[in-house]
Amino acid sequence: MSDLLKYDLLGASEAIKSKEISSVELTNAYIEAIEKTSSLGAYLEIVKDKALEMAKVSDENISKGVSRPLEGLPIGIKDMFCTKDIKTTASSKILDNFYPTYESTVTQNLWNDGAVMLGKLSCDEFAMGSSNETAAKGNVINPWLKHKKMSPGGSSGGSAAAVAARSALAATGTDTGGSIRQPAAFCGITGLKPTYGRCSRWGIVAFSSSLDQAGPLTRTVSDAALMLNSMASYDKKDSTSANLNMPDLMSYLGNSIKGKKIGIPKEYTQDGISDDIVNFYQKSINWLKEAGAEIIPVSLPHTKYALPVYYIIAPAEASSNLARYDGVRFGQRKEASSLDEMYEATRGEGFGDEVKRRIMIGTYVLSSGYYDAYYLKAQKVRRLIKEDFENVFKKVDYILTPSTPTTSFELGKKQDPLTMYLNDIFTVPASLAGLPGISLPIGLDKLGLPIGIQLIANSFDEPGLISTAHVLEKSADFNFIADGAAK
Amino acid sequence: MSETSKLKPGHIQGETGVWEMVIGLEIHAQVSSKSKLFSGASATFGAQANSNVSLVDAAMPGMLPVINEYCVEQAVKTGLALNAQINNISVFDRKNYFYADLPQGYQISQFTKPIVGEGEINIDVDDNNQTTIGIERLHLEQDAGKSLHDQHPSKSYIDLNRTGVALMEIVSKPDIRSPQEAGAYVKKIRSILRYVGSCDGNMEEGSLRADCNVSVRKAGEEFGTRCEIKNLNSIRFINQAIQAEAERQVEILESGGEINQETRLFDTSTGETRSMRSKEDAHDYRYFPDPDLLPLEFTDSFVQDIKDKLPELPDFVKKRLVNEYGITPYDASILVEEKDYVNFFEKAATGGDGKLTANWMISELFGALKKENLLLSNSPISPETLGELIGLISKGIISGKIAKDVFSEMMISSKKPSDIVKEKGLEQVSDDKEILKLVDKVIADNQDKVKDYLSGKDKLFGFFVGQVMKISQGKANPGLVNKMLKENLK
Repeated sequence: MSDLLKYDLLGASEAIKSKEISSVELTNAYIEAIEKTSSLGAYLEIVKDKALEMAKVSDENISKGVSRPLEGLPIGIKDMFCTKDIKTTASSKILDNFYPTYESTVTQNLWNDGAVMLGKLSCDEFAMGSSNETAAKGNVINPWLKHKKMSPGGSSGGSAAAVAARSALAATGTDTGGSIRQPAAFCGITGLKPTYGRCSRWGIVAFSSSLDQAGPLTRTVSDAALMLNSMASYDKKDSTSANLNMPDLMSYLGNSIKGKKIGIPKEYTQDGISDDIVNFYQKSINWLKEAGAEIIPVSLPHTKYALPVYYIIAPAEASSNLARYDGVRFGQRKEASSLDEMYEATRGEGFGDEVKRRIMIGTYVLSSGYYDAYYLKAQKVRRLIKEDFENVFKKVDYILTPSTPTTSFELGKKQDPLTMYLNDIFTVPASLAGLPGISLPIGLDKLGLPIGIQLIANSFDEPGLISTAHVLEKSADFNFIADGAAK
Repeated sequence: MSETSKLKPGHIQGETGVWEMVIGLEIHAQVSSKSKLFSGASATFGAQANSNVSLVDAAMPGMLPVINEYCVEQAVKTGLALNAQINNISVFDRKNYFYADLPQGYQISQFTKPIVGEGEINIDVDDNNQTTIGIERLHLEQDAGKSLHDQHPSKSYIDLNRTGVALMEIVSKPDIRSPQEAGAYVKKIRSILRYVGSCDGNMEEGSLRADCNVSVRKAGEEFGTRCEIKNLNSIRFINQAIQAEAERQVEILESGGEINQETRLFDTSTGETRSMRSKEDAHDYRYFPDPDLLPLEFTDSFVQDIKDKLPELPDFVKKRLVNEYGITPYDASILVEEKDYVNFFEKAATGGDGKLTANWMISELFGALKKENLLLSNSPISPETLGELIGLISKGIISGKIAKDVFSEMMISSKKPSDIVKEKGLEQVSDDKEILKLVDKVIADNQDKVKDYLSGKDKLFGFFVGQVMKISQGKANPGLVNKMLKENLK
């Protein structure tokens, strides 16, 4: 293994700052790693020249004594982020030839802070999916048990696979119902979904506007803190962006959690969770106890409605958000003899089955006569789910849950959409409530697949989330490397 | 014909009796704002196609709307001017439909929670009658782009300059009962918009357009089924379209048919309305709150600040003009239609006779401008010169008749009226001796007529006045002429 790949984000940052390594060296190592792991299919677009150019600038900065927070660190970007002059497809055929003339706020923040761009990472089409199988260019392979072709999870499957395979030092993701946390869990890495409003949505291809939130996928909790420090910002261009300062998350690493109260929701220990996950969930509870936290059983009674609510609200918003892909101004167009036929042909050919399914569901639940029974009811229940959390956070500081009910599954095995939707059962409630959540790896199951644990914090308490996750990370001491990682 | 001419406006004589129209208007008023409702792009009219289009307007992936605060203020201002409820919390919804000139695939509008709720305005029906029309609501929404179907044999071109421009949709209650009232209502709304400055009210450029909901019923009956006539862009067309549509409905109903609730278009060349789409084909717009925008919230003090800065409104100015200048309410209502008119009038009336000024402005100046196809702002006669002319009349320096000649000269040369009077020697003769000379001459020259007059033909008095005026070349003071003729014709 190239020695350079052993550094995590924070380690590499220190090595670059101390001139132990150069950004160009590091970036070259990652470009090589991308090539070596190309069979995983994590990258849709590799921008080698741009990466090296950016790395060079970073090295010049370092030599001049300037170093920005992410100076010289090569990272990958989920294809949901619009990147100026670099093909951005949201893993959809309908955007096959789309080159944005603008840069998303989140990625611009990263470049401003010195990060080096390696390329664009695959995901489920328009971030709709939990296995990365809905991507137009085909699925991504999980680097764990590579020969078995396991799913990296989704929708940020390419991001998770790349970080696990060490073909990116870190990556951006977007999470609507679990799209950062679930793939992070499947790939044995850390994934953080911030509070809704922490990161600007400007320039991110919209799936479900009231739920979409960008966040980092990284090897460690510290790396997640380092990335989120740069990604988060108040942005006037996003009316739902929070006008709040993000404290320096790095300063919350190593904080004690003594006396902190950890809630264990009784609704999250249901049937259908694999035994290995139940065991590690219990282990995690014990680790937190050992670190001085108080464990408190809590109840989130409306959790059972979270999935149905999510699968009404997210498709409803998606059906409207995706109306702009009409073949008129950008993307692929299928010529036809009338406007309506052109729409039908363009959208019929441009969207994949899962996207079409959700557009259909969304259109249905918003239709006159069904709106009250579905969309409006779902909004009311969403409110109740949010209130559940508000009540629980009066009693506890953090909530601990498994990230997923099972570990990764073989690609092509979960054909039934409803079974697939169950993957997000533990991640969706926090999304509906807009709360920050982090998934970190805590062990391997019998097969040797990573298991993730999820911590949920109150709104805008990313600092506390980082402190607590950091404690758990130390206890779990997860230091396995995927067999499919670059060597 | 004689029977119909006796009908009240808004009534239709059918075979089975008299029908009454029930009309409601939706006015789309473009907010006078430099930039669009949710993007920073310019909202100027008449720019080169697709030059005022931001990434947000073109609905590029990942682009997000941000509310233009100025437009919000304009809506609140207008709501206050319509005596309407201001809703401190309102919500933007998405109205979803596919069309080539609607890049987002939805229009951002306000559906269940508009920024302005119920209000009412007074309109002048005729010289003596006013009526009140209820306002249902006012909401903010985005305009769509423009499809150009005549640029290419098989393709349509799209201009997105108008996409996202802020509109205020002002919805009336179904309180309007005739095309004339509809016209008066639109005029009143337009003048209110211009007074507060929230919309330029320019119907030719499309900054003010109306959709008319029309139904008919027999007096006292329930409302009938209505049809909506879309996109009318002049008061004349509104008048014609309503009349034509109501007549069409009466004809159908009287021949035993039913009205289908539908959207119709007015064909300006035939003067008829035709079906655009039926209720069955109506879009299901799938309205839902726009998740990209937070509810629009403002405080009472935000509203109060706007209220404090509200200018004088037409109704207030009208009352003031009647009280201060003693002009008739009808003249006042014409003058307040435009802020320009009032400003002009008040300048012209300084130091002169208000009533006379109003008369001259409305009948002479407006008539002359119309003939020359000029706007008041381009009038060759300024408020100052008109005021001077009025002064010359009321001081008796020139007669009303001479004043008309001076006025005509002023329209051409823009000269001061006093200069014209001096140059042409048009001063009124008010010297008793001078006038007596003329009176004596006329009496001497018309002895036979004098006899007739004295034997009871009173009507001949006008003839003598005319003769005196004639030989004085119109300069004799008509009051004095009258007086002296009366004294001397004995």
